Amino acid sequence: MTRFCVITLLSAACATAGATSTQTPPPTPAQAKVAPETTSVDRPQYPSTYRRHPNPAVLIRNATIMTAAGREIPSGSILLQDGKIVAMGTTVTAPADAVVVDGTGKYVTPGLIDTHSHLGVYSAPGTFAESDGNEATTPVTAEVWAEHSFWPQDPQIPLAIAGGITTIQALPGSANLIGGRSAVLKLIPARTVQEMKFPGAPYGLKMACGENPKRVYGGRPGGPSTRMGNLAGYRAAFSEAENYRQRWDKWNRDHQGEPPQRNLRNETLTEVLRGKIYVQNHCYRADEMVQMLDLAREFGFRIRSFHHAVEAYKIADYLARAGTAVSIWADWWGFKEEAMDGIHENAALVEQAGARAVIHSDSPSGIQRLNQEAAKAMYAGQRAGIPITRDQALRWITANPAWVLGLDSLVGTLEPGKLADVVVWSGDPFSVYAKAVQVYNDGWLVYDRYDPARQPHTDFELWQVPTPGSDR
Amino acid sequence: MIAFLLSQTIAITGGTVFPVSGPKIENATVLIRDGKIAAVGPTVAIPSDASRIDARGKWVTPGLIDGGGQLGLTEIGAVTSTNEGAFHGNDVAASFNVAEGINPASNLVPVTRVEGITTALAAPAGGLILGQAVIIDLDGPTIEAMLVKSPAAMVINLSEGAKGAGGGSRAGVAARLRRVLNDALEYSRRKTDYTRAQMQALAAPGADLEALLPVLRGELPVVVMANRRSDIETAVRITREYKLKLILAGAQEGWMVAPAIAAAGVPVLVQPLDNIPSYDALGVRYENAAALARAGVKVVLLETDSHNSRNLRQQAGNAVSYGMTWDQALRAVTLTPAEVFGVADRYGSLEVGKVANVVVWSGDPFEFGTSVERVLIRGRDIPLRSRQTELLDRYRTLPPKY
Repeated sequence: MTRFCVITLLSAACATAGATSTQTPPPTPAQAKVAPETTSVDRPQYPSTYRRHPNPAVLIRNATIMTAAGREIPSGSILLQDGKIVAMGTTVTAPADAVVVDGTGKYVTPGLIDTHSHLGVYSAPGTFAESDGNEATTPVTAEVWAEHSFWPQDPQIPLAIAGGITTIQALPGSANLIGGRSAVLKLIPARTVQEMKFPGAPYGLKMACGENPKRVYGGRPGGPSTRMGNLAGYRAAFSEAENYRQRWDKWNRDHQGEPPQRNLRNETLTEVLRGKIYVQNHCYRADEMVQMLDLAREFGFRIRSFHHAVEAYKIADYLARAGTAVSIWADWWGFKEEAMDGIHENAALVEQAGARAVIHSDSPSGIQRLNQEAAKAMYAGQRAGIPITRDQALRWITANPAWVLGLDSLVGTLEPGKLADVVVWSGDPFSVYAKAVQVYNDGWLVYDRYDPARQPHTDFELWQVPTPGSDR
Repeated sequence: MIAFLLSQTIAITGGTVFPVSGPKIENATVLIRDGKIAAVGPTVAIPSDASRIDARGKWVTPGLIDGGGQLGLTEIGAVTSTNEGAFHGNDVAASFNVAEGINPASNLVPVTRVEGITTALAAPAGGLILGQAVIIDLDGPTIEAMLVKSPAAMVINLSEGAKGAGGGSRAGVAARLRRVLNDALEYSRRKTDYTRAQMQALAAPGADLEALLPVLRGELPVVVMANRRSDIETAVRITREYKLKLILAGAQEGWMVAPAIAAAGVPVLVQPLDNIPSYDALGVRYENAAALARAGVKVVLLETDSHNSRNLRQQAGNAVSYGMTWDQALRAVTLTPAEVFGVADRYGSLEVGKVANVVVWSGDPFEFGTSVERVLIRGRDIPLRSRQTELLDRYRTLPPKY
């Protein structure tokens, strides 16, 4: 432990010294004119090819509009045009050619966002062939990207769309201390993951605390087999990345000599240190989460969200101070020892403390009813005397996850200017009897429960997944 | 306990009572005496010594019954030392009755019952013939005190999960099951030869064959886990050959053969929120429970996650969302499971003489906004406390109260 601290202190000192000394030798004009030969670093890195689907304007009329931005508008209208929310209120004028949807008795919310999904990386039908979520070959695999596993034909995708989900973060699993980059995706039918990649969304980095890495690596040479081994593993990885970042920063400044050798693991971790990639940290226990906040402080990065965090309520004050969100379940508990202290009031207590709560799924089943999970957490809070509003609870599955993914300026609330990611519900989404009846993604009506032509199906389902009335 | 001793007569008054055995009764009284239901109706005379529970504006139902989990048999999923529900290393474990594995002190018991689940099937796991399931009430200091019926059913697995017991083939599973049943019949005919060791080796030890005899006599039902349509049909075929009393469990593609299941008079245990396709059941879908009910099948709704058996309410609500009637769904978590597991003479409805497992709700039991106001198990007014309420109290304000 001491050794790691010393190395860190020394390299921090070196960084300072380096910064002052490099001010003197500017590159000569002759050198600057020669454009360096491009390398892989300078070329596109699997860019998004998402294109907005062209749609007519849509006016949803006379519905209860739950904005997730503070207010609920009874008998309201909302106009979607060119992929954006254009207007909202009790009187909205629409272009003559707008499709008018009668929202009488219905509710409208922002599209739901799941910060923790394994769709596409642990696809159905769930055989080894689709098990692509954990590169469990070595405990630090910051170099792997979930999008390189993601299968757009996962038949779980249309099920989640029918639950009102418009954006997901597909994460690597939790076998590894550092599991790799997440993919932030628009949940739409597509042939490639690039067509789903949310334009401009920052990557996440999956990290995992506690039992899972211990269990997976405990019996292998090098471990980790303990929680202290876990911490040592993160620290070793980030201290190496710190050094890598310094070498690249220097080269980018000076362009002297050969560029440093590209290292994909350190490249991802460097982006974390630069604040460009958001840490998404699977962590259950209260004390461990606070250890991770200290780790982040040691290396100068932020943890955007803890995931699962069944004990978040025990350290809600720490979370509020750190500005770290928690992505949690309404009621999962007891499936392992670090999940023993899960309580229904977790989200409400976190909210009460001024920290940011998110209800996530981590489940192809749960993702289909995030609204129900939020309802359970909201009512549990209210029953315990914690004054959670409907708007706050809706934010647990819309605005707050949008923030966790760095997309809160684009999605997560119903406000003019935001993307037209919108769900129409058959009734109050906090009722067990409500179902998503229409799901708009960027203005595209991607799902309509009552329109046979708007039932997205993956290739996988064709012929082999029977539906009532299908004749074969 | 003290409340129970002091007041053996309890009147739940003024609520909307759902007896399940009959239509709902507005502004009715449920009178409980010595742990049994003594009267139900709009005009019940309330003895002067009765303690009263004011249920005006509330809904009163029988305690819910979850037929899907391992309550009492599991504590921490990933900690095998706390799990008692599987007889490892023996895939024909017919003599394995889970009763003595039940932990009356389990944390799961209070967590579950405070949400209105009062009774559960505790079922074995793993293998081809998994063992004997029992029914327990979620209250009592001892195993004996909790047991409602033991055994309640023999559990057999014909789904993909059992293929290891059949050499990796569904056909092997079916063949192995027939061999065991044949040998049980042979054993029963030639017990004397068996004890004198004058028989060739049988497909299972004597104790397991012996345990199958009540099944073969049709006295003890078999719960057969089967999801694929063809596995469901195999389950019906085999149990018909041996004249077994079949209860299907899982039955994810049951909707495809609902009329046949109804015609065979076979009840089905379904988890409504199953819909993730697997090669065991590509046709799994939310509408299954409703389709079966519509065809006239006796449907029992399940929540199979033992730690969240409390979500049986959510399962039932979703079954309604996907086509069951509300009345069917309530029956499917109360009287129907009681009938299917042979305890309807004592459980499942609010009728005179039945065990007083009663829940008072603030409204519709399936709705998230509904709170559980009172839970009575065998007439005992259960404190609405659990380890989770203690955690809440400790951390309600930070720093915690140590």
